[in-house]
Amino acid sequence: MIGELGQVALCFALALSLVLAVSGLMGAGAPASVARRVATSSAMGLLVFVALAFGALTYAFVTSDFSVALVANHSHTLKPLVYKISGVWGNHEGSMLLWVLVLALYAAMVAGLKRGGERLTSAALGVQGLVAAAFLLFILFTSNPFMRLDPTPFEGAGLMPLLQDPGLALHPPMLYIGYVGLSASFSYAAAGLLVSEEAIANNWARAARPLILMAWIALTCGIALGSWWAYYVLGWGGFWAWDPVENASLMPWLIATALLHSALATEKSGAFRTWSLLLAIAGFSMSLIGTLLVRSGLITSVHAFANDPTRGLFIMVLIFFAVGGALALFAWRAPALRVGAAFEPVSRETTLLLNNVFLVASCACVFVGTLYPLVLDALGGAKISVGPPYYALTFVPIFFALMLLVPFGPQLLWKRGDLRAAWRALYPALGLAGIAAMVVLALVSPRGIAATCAFAVAGWLIGASLIDIRRRRGARASAFAAALAHAGLGITLMGVAGTTAWRSEALTVVAPGQTMTVGPYTLRFDGVTREKGPNYIADRGHFVIMDEGKPGATLEPEHRFYPAEGQDMNDTAIHTTGLRDLYLALGDDRDGGRFAVRAHVFPLAPLIWLGGLVMALGGMLSLWGRLRVREPEATPAAPAMAQAAE
Amino acid sequence: MNSKKKRRLAFVAALLLAGAGVAGVIVYGLGQNTMYFRSPSDVAAKMVGEGVAFRLGGLVEQGSVQRGAGAEVRFRVTDGKSSVPADFHGVLPALFREGQGVVATGAMNASGTFVANEVLAKHDEKYMPPEVVDALKRSGRWQEGAQ
Repeated sequence: MIGELGQVALCFALALSLVLAVSGLMGAGAPASVARRVATSSAMGLLVFVALAFGALTYAFVTSDFSVALVANHSHTLKPLVYKISGVWGNHEGSMLLWVLVLALYAAMVAGLKRGGERLTSAALGVQGLVAAAFLLFILFTSNPFMRLDPTPFEGAGLMPLLQDPGLALHPPMLYIGYVGLSASFSYAAAGLLVSEEAIANNWARAARPLILMAWIALTCGIALGSWWAYYVLGWGGFWAWDPVENASLMPWLIATALLHSALATEKSGAFRTWSLLLAIAGFSMSLIGTLLVRSGLITSVHAFANDPTRGLFIMVLIFFAVGGALALFAWRAPALRVGAAFEPVSRETTLLLNNVFLVASCACVFVGTLYPLVLDALGGAKISVGPPYYALTFVPIFFALMLLVPFGPQLLWKRGDLRAAWRALYPALGLAGIAAMVVLALVSPRGIAATCAFAVAGWLIGASLIDIRRRRGARASAFAAALAHAGLGITLMGVAGTTAWRSEALTVVAPGQTMTVGPYTLRFDGVTREKGPNYIADRGHFVIMDEGKPGATLEPEHRFYPAEGQDMNDTAIHTTGLRDLYLALGDDRDGGRFAVRAHVFPLAPLIWLGGLVMALGGMLSLWGRLRVREPEATPAAPAMAQAAE
Repeated sequence: MNSKKKRRLAFVAALLLAGAGVAGVIVYGLGQNTMYFRSPSDVAAKMVGEGVAFRLGGLVEQGSVQRGAGAEVRFRVTDGKSSVPADFHGVLPALFREGQGVVATGAMNASGTFVANEVLAKHDEKYMPPEVVDALKRSGRWQEGAQ
């Protein structure tokens, strides 16, 4: 019953999305106010019906209704409630439904906020409706989550144990709010191209910016969560492996970051008008390509649920129409747009331009590294893989150059800046960079060029942020957004550099009562006990940190077996001081109570995710300031005011 | 007007230069850092040189896993036609089993043993890396639904 309800809700949602597309696009013309009202209510209706379908599927999962094939294949009665719920998006069909739910959420937000005036909003809703219709068709025809199973099995197949994890319960919704959020800026950009009056069209960047910010914040958090999950679940402490799936989330983030900066320039000084439009199109294209990579089974990973070629083909056609259509629209309308405002070579616009050049270049490196092996394979060439050394050679230097330039941006004025004054203001940051490099060289071993450079750059970034904060003291909170986000980048950089350069590792087989050492730690192994979890059996290792012969904190890594799924999983134990992680994974049983153990010390590892959080906080400050102040309707803000606000 | 045009030209030239630079870096990076996937039959056919890093995929041969005193493990990777001895120092992924699919990264040493520096975890019991399926199909040992 509940399955049919969900199915019907999805069909209604499809119908409403088509109404939304037609009425929204009609509402873009001047007199059609009825069409605009229809568009607004159908956007709300779309959200209601997609939420209803999603609720129905969640209900089926929570009540373990195994007559729904999806539930039978991915759930189990013994699973804890939170993983029954997260199981909804722990599979292909459910995660696509979540995708559309977020899409509908953004459509409703566009309709509710009505930023950029009635006509621009209406056109944006129309485009959003088109995208929603395409994805609803995709779900109904290739990935229906409400397929029935007859006869109904007594028990479900369970969820992959790797996915039964609190980090993974949150990671996909977060990432989707980011990924799919870029659809809103895409729709606004397309709307800007569709609406013919220039005064309205040029307003799109201001209108879309809060939504871009929202998407960027969620994407930042989602990537950080995913990296944290990989770190503690996979058992070898890797926080980033340049895996195609990770890259699929990094590429939209890079473009969204570029868009965030160029849309700021478009809004504040009128520069980069056409470029921002292109970035908005590119950002959502990256999201779609990411979806294709992850959802089509093209690549081998924990995310590759599906192996159905029609799905990949469908998404490919969708990408072709969305990207091709938007670019065609761009080619047709962009020449008619006024050229962006001019600026001097030394100005904030130039720093934002360089920011964009470096971000897009780094994205290009990731793009080629990710897709080249797939294309080569599809063409029948050799099976190859592109690993971390490629990214170390391409992405890393480009990103380093970007980070060197970051501090100049906030120090320069719009239109025309003073480079010498900016340098003078940044001297203390340069000092901090020097001190950071000296400290690393003098105190820490092993010495390394890469780590020294990384800490100098981190000092430079954080120092510049502190200078920026000091300069703006007394201003309203949103004025500190950039400083916070840039400092977050420096914090993450320290974490990455520290973990990479100074990690230590011990691989040993220990018997109960024996001690082992790793880095500065001595650990005593107190044997293994058999424990019973809600839906697994675990070998739990007991380790005690010995501090000068006295026992201290304990660590209990587990090796779990999930009978329902018939799978093994390692549950690592991490002891953190906030600046250093001691990381333990229990390996295989070597008879007589002896176990293989893998121990790592990761200095500064927590900073990696702390930095991500600080970046997201910076985004939130900016968003908060923006939503609190009502925008003046369709009138360009007085330049003096904009200048003061920055 | 003229100076504006000049500036525009300089701007476009700088962008083109940057684009060419990035393209160069990418091509160079790809040339230096791609790793080939090889099956045990490929190794037997001497398709890989000593010390060249590649990814070896196949099944862990039944009865071949020997554990050393420490964290050393020795096993053989097979595609049904040929098999290659492999050495690994480390903790194997939880799903490493005899008779199951495996993908390892490493290189051949002088004595014809594959020295693995990474053994990739399969994430799922039901799931077989596509490369391994491919290698088994090529050696004629793949049966649909035999899993």
